[in-house]
Amino acid sequence: MAEREYRMVNRPALALNGVTKHFGGLTVADNVSFEVPSGGRMALIGPNGAGKTTLFNLISGVYPIDSGSIVLDGAPIDDLPPRKRVRAGLSRSFQNIRLMPHLSVIENVMLGQHTLANGFRALLGPLAWQRNSHWRQLAKKSLHDAGIDVDPDADVSELSYGTRKKIEVVRALMSRPRLLLLDEPAAGLNSRETAELSAFLKSIAWEELTLLVVEHDMSFVHDLCERTIVLNFGRLIYEGSTHGVQDDEEVRAAYLGSRRITPKGANPAA
Amino acid sequence: MSGYLSGTLAILCINLIFAYGIFIPASAGQINLGGAGFQAIGAYGAAWLSSVAGLPVWTSIPAAMLIAGLIGFLISFPVLRTRGVYMVLATFAFGEVVAGFLLWTTFFGGAIGMVVPAHIELPLLVFCAVAVTLLTFYLMATRLGLAMRSINDDEAATIVMGVNVRAVQVTAFTIGGAFAGLSGALYAHNFSFVEAQYFNSLLSIYVLLFVLIGGVQTAWGPLVGTIFFTLLPELLRIGGSWRYVVFGIAIVLMMMLRPQGIVTRAMVGRMSPRRWMPPHGGTGIPHGQ
Repeated sequence: MAEREYRMVNRPALALNGVTKHFGGLTVADNVSFEVPSGGRMALIGPNGAGKTTLFNLISGVYPIDSGSIVLDGAPIDDLPPRKRVRAGLSRSFQNIRLMPHLSVIENVMLGQHTLANGFRALLGPLAWQRNSHWRQLAKKSLHDAGIDVDPDADVSELSYGTRKKIEVVRALMSRPRLLLLDEPAAGLNSRETAELSAFLKSIAWEELTLLVVEHDMSFVHDLCERTIVLNFGRLIYEGSTHGVQDDEEVRAAYLGSRRITPKGANPAA
Repeated sequence: MSGYLSGTLAILCINLIFAYGIFIPASAGQINLGGAGFQAIGAYGAAWLSSVAGLPVWTSIPAAMLIAGLIGFLISFPVLRTRGVYMVLATFAFGEVVAGFLLWTTFFGGAIGMVVPAHIELPLLVFCAVAVTLLTFYLMATRLGLAMRSINDDEAATIVMGVNVRAVQVTAFTIGGAFAGLSGALYAHNFSFVEAQYFNSLLSIYVLLFVLIGGVQTAWGPLVGTIFFTLLPELLRIGGSWRYVVFGIAIVLMMMLRPQGIVTRAMVGRMSPRRWMPPHGGTGIPHGQ
């Protein structure tokens, strides 16, 4: 715990300063500013249509921002194309699973290593013909570490939803990102799978990995994230501790309602 | 070997190289309906270099291939700005422009065509077809090939993997142009004569059919598609004029029954000997026996 706190006082892994984006007359991000501390795990919550996924798309460069700045580890990235943001240390998953349907499990995971494979040799080496290549071993180990026990050469379409969701997280981790954006990682998972994912995400908090997670499952958020930001109609309405979020009047009115949410296994009276 | 058989084999080799020229960009999600244009550039390039410049075959063929590759590289930039059906139309227009240019330019013989003095025999065609096939299989096994297949599946998600999608697509289009050009150069030297009318839009459609019906997921697709569609019309010759009807029905049936192509990655995976081998490269024999 002390180590995590120490890391969190360092410069932020991600800082958004006055990020604004309009789609026609609709403001999808309205002067959004927040910081994700290095090594921290932050949740981004809000009602449907609040602009959470749009914010992920702005951070990862799918859409350009209209004004403001996005700073990753001290360096502005808002002028970089998406692929260069990945090279700068940013990785993401998608709300709807975006594994490549015609690639095998291991090929999907090895695709995530693309930014680490520099030079002609890495790009033009006989990857698929080397059954014990460094890349394949790395991908297999990552799958194993995530508790995914499937045939690496299987078609991803043959696998369960939960397994595919986890493979997508593993793929996003293959580029060794410093900031990982997860878009509703627990959606569609059963309670056991959600608990496993949460435990896995905590276990991979290696080195300086910072997490920003969009999620509706508040138990999952409580379990995983120290801090939370809340978005409503493209505007930031809360930034603070996850525990404090349910006491905020504006958040309750906009999103959570009056019911108190506690982490699984915790005593509400405590 | 009879003249008929060697002629069929020569066409098979040329078609196969041509099909790989269309397959490589197709595996990265680009449908090229201007294949005949690239083949024409290769054929006329080799014909001119051989008959007018007097270059030997071993120079004219690689040079024609390079020219087609270079033109592929240059036109990939405007073509890759288009998507889907517009890309099909853009490449189709390119093929028509090349055919029209060759037909109306006296420099290249116009409608009369060009005689190619240097002749190449079947073994060289077979050698080139095998080399291009192996090279394509190798390319698809590399990380570049993985990126190409990934772009075909989901371009936006591939970008987020850090892949320089544009560079991969330009590379694929360039290699495709070079292969199609090589097939044209071999055609010119084997048939000893080129005319613009041969490189028409029907040829572009046929070769695209070989690739799409064979399957774009693995390098087996064009191989199976080309063999099937080159040999099927020959086998159907016994049916006389009805062979075109049967051929057409075969194409429609293929598209209905196997829209993803005859060969898929999953099928190759199932048939791979690796599937039947024990994991980690073991012998399958328990220790101590």
